[in-house]
Amino acid sequence: MSSSIFKNILRFVLLILLQVAIFNNINFLGYINPYPYILFILLFPVGDNRALLIFTSFLLGLTLDMFSNSGGMHAAASVTIAYLRPWILQSIFGIAYEYNAIKVAKADFGERLLYISILVFTHHLILFFAESFNFSDIIYILKKTLFSGIFSVLLCMLFITLFSLKRK
Amino acid sequence: MQQIVNFLIKHRNFLLFAFLLFLSLVFTIQSHSYHRSKFVNSANFLSGGIYGGLDDISEYFDLKIHNAQLVEENNRLRSRLYNLTDKKDQKLDTLAFNSLYRFTTAKVINNNYNLKDNFITLRGGSKKGIKQDLGVITSKGLVGIVDRVSSNYATVLSILNSNSQINAKLKKSNHFGILVWKGGDPNIVDLVDVQSKAPVALGDTIVTGGKSTIFPEGIGIGTINNFKLDPSENFYTIKIKLFNDMTNVGYVYVIENMNGDEIKTLEQQTVDEQ
Repeated sequence: MSSSIFKNILRFVLLILLQVAIFNNINFLGYINPYPYILFILLFPVGDNRALLIFTSFLLGLTLDMFSNSGGMHAAASVTIAYLRPWILQSIFGIAYEYNAIKVAKADFGERLLYISILVFTHHLILFFAESFNFSDIIYILKKTLFSGIFSVLLCMLFITLFSLKRK
Repeated sequence: MQQIVNFLIKHRNFLLFAFLLFLSLVFTIQSHSYHRSKFVNSANFLSGGIYGGLDDISEYFDLKIHNAQLVEENNRLRSRLYNLTDKKDQKLDTLAFNSLYRFTTAKVINNNYNLKDNFITLRGGSKKGIKQDLGVITSKGLVGIVDRVSSNYATVLSILNSNSQINAKLKKSNHFGILVWKGGDPNIVDLVDVQSKAPVALGDTIVTGGKSTIFPEGIGIGTINNFKLDPSENFYTIKIKLFNDMTNVGYVYVIENMNGDEIKTLEQQTVDEQ
């Protein structure tokens, strides 16, 4: 149990540092940045400590907001996907979720991709909407969500594969 | 009472979520208006320290460019110094030194330009005399206005921010407008509300207007890239290509108008008496 707490704290700090130092400065084609920091929320142990997940996700988002001077945009997006996560897990993994037997890293490729994509695109949509805060920019928001989302999903899949290989 | 407690326990996750979402939306809305992001900003010990550390590493990659900029600026200042025509006008008055504008140098340690509201973080805060609402420039031109200050760090509201509104004018005439940014290309900003009578031509230089207490008059901003009249044909909207490469800002100068407070107090008194 304590190793799981330690692992998650380490993941929190490392993902924030990576996001701030590298991924916020990519600016591919001028405005496309991936946000793989939500890997923390995606990989948070499945269980009934939902309140803890919601609260730590808020902290994660707020820390990033502090670094990028963005008010509470990341916090809003992160806390929303943290709240929605159980239902998405349930609808994708079905019965395995009931028995708390899900390891995202060991799931089928298709299921994993679907799970990550849904959460990433939801997160990005809320994030970019909060950034522009204007319905008239809807094309800009959707464009940014799509391109950044593809980038983030790729990176998340890559990270999961990389770090689960070691343990085999 | 029992039922209320039961309700709270049953829906505790939803309530926690709703509360935190509300909190983050409040922060978000605050960040969309000028000078409001009180709690969440990068002018603090933690993020300032981390950005400072990262900058110590990445600084080396830009040394060549920054050197070239400094040499260029030295060259320009030297040519102005030795080409001064009216030497009699120069008096060595040490008391008047720094009397109008005081310049402080600072190093940019974090720079955004891909968001809608961009901020720059500087190493250098209230200990170096940097205060809120001071102007920030480079040797080439305008950068922004100081927003939040801590003892060692400061954040700058970049001109690439939808809340930034800076007075600017045509260099050759005195027709002025407001400098705004609507997102997109970080090298292009808009000058709006320019009178339709103004002699606008492609390639003309735009400088700061000197109507505010923040910037001295005549600091370069950019050149006219494109312009069009608005539908009512009263005002121009001018696209300006910035002199500064906002994606690569190294060292900046922070300008303090020494008479700024005096001018503001005077203006305030005039308004109050009406």
